[in-house]
Amino acid sequence: MKIIVCVKRVVDTETRVKVAADGRSIDLGGVQFIMAPYDEMAVEKAIQLRDAAGTGSVTVVTVGPAAATKELRTALAMGADDAVHAVVEARMGPNATAEALKQVIDGREYDLILCGKQATDEDDAAVGPLLAAALGLPCVAFVHGLTVDGRTAIAEREVDGETERLDVDLPAVITAQKGLAEARYPGLKGIMAAKKKPLETVACDATGGKTELRSLELPPARAAMVKIEPTAAGMQSLLTALRNDKKVL
Amino acid sequence: MAKYEAPDFFDLDSLLTEEERMVRDAVRDWVSDRFMPVVEKAYSEGYFPKDLIPELAELGVLGGNLDYADFPRLGPVAYGLVMQELERGDSGLRSFVSVQGALVMFPIWRYGSDEQKARWLPALHSGEAVGCFGLTEPDHGSDPGGMETKAVRDGDGFVLNGAKMWITNGNMAQVAVVWAKLDGVIHGFVVPTDAPGFTVREQRGKHSLRASVTSELIFQDVRLPASAILPGAKGLGGPLSCLNQARYGIAWGVVGAAMAVYDEVRQYGLTRIQFGKPIASFQLYQAKLVESLTEITKAQLMNLRMGRLKEAGGVTPYHVSMAKRNACHHALEIARTGRDMLGANGVAGEYQTMRHMCNLESVKTYEGTHDIHTLILGRQITGLDAFGAA
Repeated sequence: MKIIVCVKRVVDTETRVKVAADGRSIDLGGVQFIMAPYDEMAVEKAIQLRDAAGTGSVTVVTVGPAAATKELRTALAMGADDAVHAVVEARMGPNATAEALKQVIDGREYDLILCGKQATDEDDAAVGPLLAAALGLPCVAFVHGLTVDGRTAIAEREVDGETERLDVDLPAVITAQKGLAEARYPGLKGIMAAKKKPLETVACDATGGKTELRSLELPPARAAMVKIEPTAAGMQSLLTALRNDKKVL
Repeated sequence: MAKYEAPDFFDLDSLLTEEERMVRDAVRDWVSDRFMPVVEKAYSEGYFPKDLIPELAELGVLGGNLDYADFPRLGPVAYGLVMQELERGDSGLRSFVSVQGALVMFPIWRYGSDEQKARWLPALHSGEAVGCFGLTEPDHGSDPGGMETKAVRDGDGFVLNGAKMWITNGNMAQVAVVWAKLDGVIHGFVVPTDAPGFTVREQRGKHSLRASVTSELIFQDVRLPASAILPGAKGLGGPLSCLNQARYGIAWGVVGAAMAVYDEVRQYGLTRIQFGKPIASFQLYQAKLVESLTEITKAQLMNLRMGRLKEAGGVTPYHVSMAKRNACHHALEIARTGRDMLGANGVAGEYQTMRHMCNLESVKTYEGTHDIHTLILGRQITGLDAFGAA
């Protein structure tokens, strides 16, 4: 079973981000980067499917800055077989990313393409479906359960609290929702072995963007909370505040 | 608990290989996710969280630097960073891994027969077996050459008698590397802990390294086959070479403990408000932070240089003595100062600084006390031996 997994280098989800001086990007000083968590689940699931099949390969693909080699090496350390890196330093919207991924993937053999449901930076949740459309493949997004039976994948996802089960012809694009797999820690043996695995750098045309980032701003700071004592005077001040300040009474 | 922010003031990160950074980050993440949630309970109740051993093995840290079979074969700097990250969690965790790797697997790997290696190295690497190292005795700590534990020849094999004390992992171990005198010369023996006549007693009541098992080993007419002796080790050099491996790891490890303390007190100082402002805005608090960060940075630099020397084959036991001595001394001072900076909260289990402080008292003492390393270095510098037998 040959699986391609698309991954993205994103700012660590525990980072407190600052908007850079240009008002259109994140200040990257001192920021840590990780593989997007849903992409990590997709890598894990791919490794599990390959190992269950007992044959095949897992290829990780990224479109992103040169530094994203680190995230590819992490995927290789987890157990992926090889990696392809289309180096693009500039920020890309989802259309451009899907178009670039298509260029990288075209001509390669695969039975299945896995992506995270969304990267945790811009949260578009669009690259997976756009890639499927570009490749003319079926797509099931937000999948939390996946098995493969011959040339059919059985994908499960949650819809209105119910589980929807879909049969989908392979090859297909599946995007990973929480629950699909729990990413393993890359062990030291895997890390040491990752260095020797193939990591190919390719060119791509990254100009297919249909959105442009106009500006970024942090959400407004929340006002301090007001504590009201459970006394008659406190209740009076609450009523006054609701009537005059909030105008809800 | 706030996310750990490791201090790296001189951007030593950029001097590491990508692989070394990945190894460090893998262990750092594991410690944050899996070890930090359980350490306070383990420490206060006085046990080692044994159920994490399979995960440590899966991670590959047990003997991960040894050139054997399909082990990860970490380089010296990557290995040091593993120790640093483990001890950021707790000195007991690093001690467990140090003993298993540097004091049990290393001598079997370096001095053992092929049969001993095949029997024990894979099992110790996979965590199926735990090992301990018996050198120190109740009456011989800094002076291991005076040991009283004795092996005598008996037919094809040996009979072992004596006692060892302060033995990390003793009660969890399936195998012990025991150093004993045979015809007056120190030799190593690989002894299964279920051998008849071998008793292990846990040493309770420690005020330090409480998340680590410490035991007494007692040998009463323990019969060993000829195959139990480590064929390649003869004299005090054998156990000292093991200690040199372990001390290398300690030098890195205690810097991890100091980094944890520094991070905790820095974050505390920024959020703790007194007199209407964060206590980190006071000059005394800032001075302490600066002293701590400076000493951490110096020790990090010394460790990295020591690691690169080791890589190139140029490290000596004297480099390791200096790094161990210096790092332990400053880590303990940083932890004591940090405890003070946390005020009353500093004695509460919710904060990790006092746990590190108590641990570091042991780490400064074991594997060559501060004063013994001073004398080792003094002898090296002057050529005059200040502590040789009278």
